[in-house]
Amino acid sequence: MSRIAARFAEVRAQKRGALIPFLEAYDPDPMTSMAILRGMPGAGADLIEIGMPFTDPMADGPTIQAAAKRGLKAGATVARTLAMVRDFRAGDNATPVILMGYLNPILSYGCEKFCDDAAAVGVDGMIIVDLPTEESDMMLPFTNAHGLDFIRLIAPTTDDARLPHVLAGSSGFVYYVSITGITGTRSATAEHLSAAIPRIRKVTDLPIAIGFGVRTPAQAAEASKIADAAVVASALIDTLAADLDAEGRANTGTAQKVLDQVRALASGVRGVAA
Amino acid sequence: MNQPLTNSLRTGPDSRGRFGEFGGRFVAETLMPVILEVEKAYEAAKRDPAFQAELKTYLTDYVGRPSPLWYAERLTDLLGGARIFFKRDELNHTGSHKANNCMGQILLARRMGKTRIIAETGAGQHGVATATMCALFGLPCTVYMGATDVLRQSPNVFRMKLLGAEVVPVTSGAGTLKDAMNDALRDWVANVENTFYIIGTVAGPHPYPAMVRDFQSVIGEEARAQLMAREGRLPDVAVACIGGGSNAMGLFHPFLDDEIVRLIGVEAAGHGLDTYQHAASLSRGRPGVLHGNRTYLLQDADGQIEEAHSISAGLDYPGIGPEHSWLHDIKRVEYVSATDEEALDAFQLCTRTEGIIPALEPAHALAHVKKIAPTMDRENIILMNLCGRGDKDIFTVAERLGVKL
Repeated sequence: MSRIAARFAEVRAQKRGALIPFLEAYDPDPMTSMAILRGMPGAGADLIEIGMPFTDPMADGPTIQAAAKRGLKAGATVARTLAMVRDFRAGDNATPVILMGYLNPILSYGCEKFCDDAAAVGVDGMIIVDLPTEESDMMLPFTNAHGLDFIRLIAPTTDDARLPHVLAGSSGFVYYVSITGITGTRSATAEHLSAAIPRIRKVTDLPIAIGFGVRTPAQAAEASKIADAAVVASALIDTLAADLDAEGRANTGTAQKVLDQVRALASGVRGVAA
Repeated sequence: MNQPLTNSLRTGPDSRGRFGEFGGRFVAETLMPVILEVEKAYEAAKRDPAFQAELKTYLTDYVGRPSPLWYAERLTDLLGGARIFFKRDELNHTGSHKANNCMGQILLARRMGKTRIIAETGAGQHGVATATMCALFGLPCTVYMGATDVLRQSPNVFRMKLLGAEVVPVTSGAGTLKDAMNDALRDWVANVENTFYIIGTVAGPHPYPAMVRDFQSVIGEEARAQLMAREGRLPDVAVACIGGGSNAMGLFHPFLDDEIVRLIGVEAAGHGLDTYQHAASLSRGRPGVLHGNRTYLLQDADGQIEEAHSISAGLDYPGIGPEHSWLHDIKRVEYVSATDEEALDAFQLCTRTEGIIPALEPAHALAHVKKIAPTMDRENIILMNLCGRGDKDIFTVAERLGVKL
């Protein structure tokens, strides 16, 4: 069983939803970013999503755009992001790690080499924002060869006719982009989610994670109750960004502040237990 | 009886929106359904005689087509070689070729029942054309424009505002066309239900590269017919400037199967191809994916997109339309470049010799005409697309010439 499947089975056994916090690689520097990554499982992260910085993150709002910019300035590359996962795996062989990013840096690295190396360092899955189902054949042979999950995104605009097409052959979990919009801007209502998630469940047995607009422990609790997991990104980056000095440098307590917030979100998710 | 079409270079893209390995639909899932909807609507409109008739009427009576073909006799005499003809697309309403495409797309948007229009703009020519069509049809319009371009193209910013458009200055990145396109795509993701995105060049996800090319092909079709009527022959060379490449694609496409016509696209070399300050995606870039399509891009070793540079805001883009990338790789079109300085010289030459103030964009094309015309004979014909007028550029040019206005 893959780490992702195993973790969702464990969480399900605890009768609760999973928390998937996000960090941007090298934001604002490699040490702080690594400290956040290493600390996340202890703070209650069930799975971890690592953003791979790109100059032109078209699906992201100002918060994650700024995070990507800081990461790139600090020297983030695809190879260095993979190295972060390798270092993380030295101390944690259970928490699933999902890389999230845009296609061009991966293309530049080489799709096959990327999947080879990602599997070798212990990556479990990937989300490539600008690689829709229609173009995914450039990646699937390589993810499949390594048992890496190519996580599909479903949006509110994905209608019932299109759902089976997008979800055909999917694995890991399904990522529901809960708003029509970019990251960190708006939040979906409980009514919207309560209608949307059953629509997806009709087409897949995979766990469903809700992302975009999940910010507070209460929202995380609600999302992970309606679906199976909540992804929290911009709210954590906002906390990090607020703790940086005028030159964009982290303080000694920056990682801890982010991890404290992960802990609060985790207790929100755990409060769901029946 | 039936001629096989397999030898034609004009049949692309394929069903996946690819020209060879270029093009495609690299967008987030949120946009995929609307991209497919636009494709379906465009395919239907293209085959609908009523749509084509409506477009023709608006192009004739509102945009002012056909644009004239002008024999630039004084310039020809001065350069002392091939005869030079200008396709006068700067005489279109709004002053550039952008009107051809905007008219086509806004008619499609209306047909699809979309009630709000967004656009990106570099020099402001596409923004002005879009704002104009929105005023004509009473649709709200938001134009994303890089903050750097807002400063250097202030007359066009004011024009757009007069036309009732909201102009949003984009501060991410270097604040130029690439960044404006990012923010326009972000707007579209958030407002996909009611909004139509009028992309200004032959880039973006399928069907945009093909659709914009089709709307711009009126340039080459007219020029071809005009030259045949006047000279009874095709040109030896057709030349156009390239940013994203819409005016060039429009000029070239009707000539792609005429092997005897040399096609030359002129990229912006900025301060020079061997500096880091240019916009020559084909000469100095490599294939990658940006803004929905696979194409040649200016990028670093890690696949991060690099900023382009050109004195011309309209050419200041690190990518190029995917069909150009394909035509480059199969060597049907030659891609060369002209520097800021060469474009400035050509700008002044055209103004003084022909009494036409060209935009800085086609001044790049003219800079190349200046290089090749003297090497050709009087019997030869060069057809150049004069795709925009230069009123918008007089402040930039004045500054570069050290003149205070």
